[in-house]
Amino acid sequence: MAAVTLRRVSKRFPNGALAVRDVTLEIADGELLVLLGPSGSGKSTLLRLIAGLDVPTAGAVLIDGRDVTAVPPQHRDLAMVFQSYALYPHKTVRQNLEFSLRVRRVTGIAGRVQRAAELLGIAALLDRKPAELSGGQRQRVALGRAIVREPRAFLLDEPLSNLDPLLRVSTRTELALLHRRLGTTMVYVTHDQEEAMTLGTRIAVIRDGRVEQVDAPLDVFRRPANVFVAGFVGSPAMNVWEDGDGLSAGAGQGTVLGIRPHDIELTDSTAADGRGRIEVVEPLGAATLIHLRVDRRSSDLVRVVISADRAVAVGDVVGFRVRRDRVHQFDRETGRRRDG
Amino acid sequence: MIRRRGWLVVTTLLVAGLVLPIYWTLVSSFTPESRLFAAPSLVPHGLVFDHYRALFTQRDFWTPIRNSLIVASATTMVSVALGAACAYAIARLRFRGKSLLLAFVLAVSMFPQMAIVSPLYVVLRAMHLLNTYPGLVLPYLTFAMPLAIWLLVGFFRQLPADLEEAAMMDGAGRMRTLREVILPLAWPGLATTAILTFLYSWNEFLFALSFTLGPERYTVPVAITLFRGQYQVPWGQVLAAAVIATIPVAAIVLVAQRRIIAGLTSGAVKG
Repeated sequence: MAAVTLRRVSKRFPNGALAVRDVTLEIADGELLVLLGPSGSGKSTLLRLIAGLDVPTAGAVLIDGRDVTAVPPQHRDLAMVFQSYALYPHKTVRQNLEFSLRVRRVTGIAGRVQRAAELLGIAALLDRKPAELSGGQRQRVALGRAIVREPRAFLLDEPLSNLDPLLRVSTRTELALLHRRLGTTMVYVTHDQEEAMTLGTRIAVIRDGRVEQVDAPLDVFRRPANVFVAGFVGSPAMNVWEDGDGLSAGAGQGTVLGIRPHDIELTDSTAADGRGRIEVVEPLGAATLIHLRVDRRSSDLVRVVISADRAVAVGDVVGFRVRRDRVHQFDRETGRRRDG
Repeated sequence: MIRRRGWLVVTTLLVAGLVLPIYWTLVSSFTPESRLFAAPSLVPHGLVFDHYRALFTQRDFWTPIRNSLIVASATTMVSVALGAACAYAIARLRFRGKSLLLAFVLAVSMFPQMAIVSPLYVVLRAMHLLNTYPGLVLPYLTFAMPLAIWLLVGFFRQLPADLEEAAMMDGAGRMRTLREVILPLAWPGLATTAILTFLYSWNEFLFALSFTLGPERYTVPVAITLFRGQYQVPWGQVLAAAVIATIPVAAIVLVAQRRIIAGLTSGAVKG
């Protein structure tokens, strides 16, 4: 169990690329912090800095208050699940799980391996080699290799991205259960906002090596700190209107408005904020996403989520109304959220 | 159809060209000395073991075989073990002047052997290593180490770095990672390197001729060359010795050929 702190950490690679810029982050003991960001945002590098696989060019990494910046990964007592799983192909599942314990010369190895294997439902696979396992089974072995050690914290680098969608969702649930059961600190890297929302106790949104916002999942969703977070978190993506539009009182010049597709409703009344022609209809099952072409803003389409029961067709002209209490305002210059 | 037949002809000619000298050597080594230079015949008849018997009765051919085996095996073991450590460092660790070092290793192997024989002779004499096994193994490392390092760097580089990082996260240090994770996976590469090193050492002639002084340390190529007397060359025995010298090499290659091919191609092609 451990709290992890990044204090003003930067990482510049030998080729000159600045992958992490002055990041300060407190990860509480027992927390599951998700590092969420688009690919190339530096979130994996951040994880590797915590792991010790990369060394920061500036700043410090602390585990339980102790500065471990110069401590090599093998002495940090953290476990990592790699995106590729990185199972030792020449070792059986049992040997894969045992390896870290043998290295540490702990006692009762067989029992611990057995318990971890049973927890993950891979006890029957212990004598197989990784090549003989399915993707989901390999993923479990990778998890097993991490938990068998009872490390101070788990680092997970997109652990679900190589699974098929169904398995991904069920494994996600299992991970959440596992986290609750073990109570160990976890740092979880993903570019999938759904994973981030469902798993994280907090989410850190990363862009270009910077932390854009750290908050509980719903707070990130409800009160995005800036235009980037607003556009990146939430599906379908938020409508971002550069030209204030006078929708909201007090939103003068230099304001960017953000309205989630769920916060726009179709209406035929005269109270409509505008009218648009339906260009694309995307049924999502429980709801339908439509894209409206509005004359005033010919460049981009307005995304609206409506009930799946409502019959709409491409070419229909409909009126829409924005829920005033759900409008997000951002400063056009800085991109930051306007209201408190 | 014509294309395929053309290929067949080309392949047949190629194989014949490669196999014929070996076949002739084999047949001739069983042909009595008196008939050796008579009308050559591809169909063997009246074969005798005279030459082989002479190798081990009139001469002591066991000694050069033993010398060659010892020197080639020692060279192989030292160069693969040291080469693996060097290659791993070059492939994985980040340090200043790495590419320069690698270029230097290659440059060393580009010196013509003839150019370094004299300086090596002086060095070995000063170290009192002339006419000893180490006196051959050490010079052999001048060509075996660059070969081993270059081959193994390629093999190590293509192993996924994730595995080593996983081992590090599991708490293993560099040497333990090398021993338990890298070497078992690099096994085909190690085998290829070992075989090639053995072949080069087994066939080496110039160093062996220069740094051995008496028949008790001659290796097989040197011993065979020195069969020739002042007035005559015992061709039958030379051929028989050549056949014997080929046997260990052929055996190794036959046993390991699948591995060599897998190793050589996996070094070149990703995947």
